Amino acid sequence: MVAPAISAVRSPAGPMISVIGLHKSFGEKEVLRGIDLEIGRGESLMLVGGSGAGKSVFIKHLIGLLQPDEGHVVVDGVDLTHASPEAVLELRKKFGMTFQEGALFDSMTVGDNIAFPIRRHTDKPEKEVGARVRECLQLVRLPGIEDKMPSELSGGMRRRVGFARAIALEPEILLFDEPTTGLDPINTAAIGDVINQLRSELGVTAVTITHDMGLAGKIADRVAIIRRGQILLVDTPERFLESENWFVRAFLNGEVPEEDHP
Amino acid sequence: MVEAAARPAGIFGWLDHFGSLVIRALDDLGRFFYIMASSVMWTFRRPFDGTEWLRQMVRVGWDSIPVVFLTCLFTGMVLALQTYRGFERFHAEGFVGSVVALSLTRELAPVLTGLMVAGRVGSAMAAELGTMRVTEQIDALYAMATEPIHYLVVPRVNASILMLPILTLIGDAVGVIGGWLISVGLFGANSYLYMERTFQFLEVNDITSGLVKSAFFGLILSVTGCAKGFYTSGGAEGVGRSTTSAVVTASLYILLSDFFLTKILF
Repeated sequence: MVAPAISAVRSPAGPMISVIGLHKSFGEKEVLRGIDLEIGRGESLMLVGGSGAGKSVFIKHLIGLLQPDEGHVVVDGVDLTHASPEAVLELRKKFGMTFQEGALFDSMTVGDNIAFPIRRHTDKPEKEVGARVRECLQLVRLPGIEDKMPSELSGGMRRRVGFARAIALEPEILLFDEPTTGLDPINTAAIGDVINQLRSELGVTAVTITHDMGLAGKIADRVAIIRRGQILLVDTPERFLESENWFVRAFLNGEVPEEDHP
Repeated sequence: MVEAAARPAGIFGWLDHFGSLVIRALDDLGRFFYIMASSVMWTFRRPFDGTEWLRQMVRVGWDSIPVVFLTCLFTGMVLALQTYRGFERFHAEGFVGSVVALSLTRELAPVLTGLMVAGRVGSAMAAELGTMRVTEQIDALYAMATEPIHYLVVPRVNASILMLPILTLIGDAVGVIGGWLISVGLFGANSYLYMERTFQFLEVNDITSGLVKSAFFGLILSVTGCAKGFYTSGGAEGVGRSTTSAVVTASLYILLSDFFLTKILF
């Protein structure tokens, strides 16, 4: 039986995102089974859990890419489950999201990929767009690759370009789906620095899915662990690492029980 | 390991199989009409992506000219070859030009252009959108507050509706020239008489109804390709399945709708 969620620390400011009783199934498979979570303004929450635990499904609900079977997702006061498609589209302008494999448009250059949301949602002249593209690439430590095609980049570079694209519009909320998986320690540190920089400069709210507990100490205010579609524990990184919860201990020791394998 | 559900035996097995086929066909049709209705709705909303429209018009129209040219040229030629041999038996060789022109403009040029473009462009649309779906590029569009139907489907559907009639018109002209080449070049028919007969029985309505049909075929092949791609699942294998299915389904829809459109338009 899954233990009830232990929320030892409440989000520091008023909630930017509230998730209430979230349920989601795909056919017979119940992926999310009643998630309740609040994420404060300017907070950085890290979501961990075994493969197939429902982390990616959860994060896709936050931006309205998936609709819950039951429950609510409220972002900045707007209930995504009852909002009109136009309101959801408008709300998404506040988000920046990175995907596991970058999800870059492979028919466009790196520069056009990063410029895409700027051109789409602002009337900025091309000169300013170009400057912002260079600035974003500089932030992810990939200067001068504007003219390359995504197919010419390594997996790690693609992911960092995806990161640059996500921050191009200076969003209020950043969602990262495993931003550092497969990156070397230097680039992992670079991504952590960028997240911290954005938080301090713009006060962005960040939700990160990761397996990298080293990143947790660096960027997270709170760490939540998800197991079988439920939040098992939410706590500060320090207290999370010291938790006596058997599943957290097993997870930290890399001993995820057999029944939790997908 | 989960065991696959056993299919009932005998008549119930067939009913089960037939039922799932019907459900799949209805599912396909539902997606087709959903994508079509959505693309109509999103066509009139801002921002208007002129560059993408132009890019798709070049891909659907300009890039398809060689294949349409060859298809219609040889169809016109073989049509002249067959009708000349047949009409010769009752001394009606003089009407070959009329038969070629009427067959091409009313039926062959629109249908063959539709089928060829479905194979060339409809499949590419399914493959492109399918790959975008399985690599989360479509999710990325949503995440960037961009409706994928608006950005991806609207330019492709409208480019096809606009370019198919132009390709058909080219096909009409090339086919007539193909017929003329065979009749005059091979059978020694009088060039002036051939061209006179070509236009003697040809009415404007013959050409325009063919063009209207081809615009419908453009709609059908692009919506089918986009719908198949948009709802792709199952990685690279799924993309392959969608691509094949897009061509087969679009060709079937074109041939089926051809009958009803002809009945309405002529």
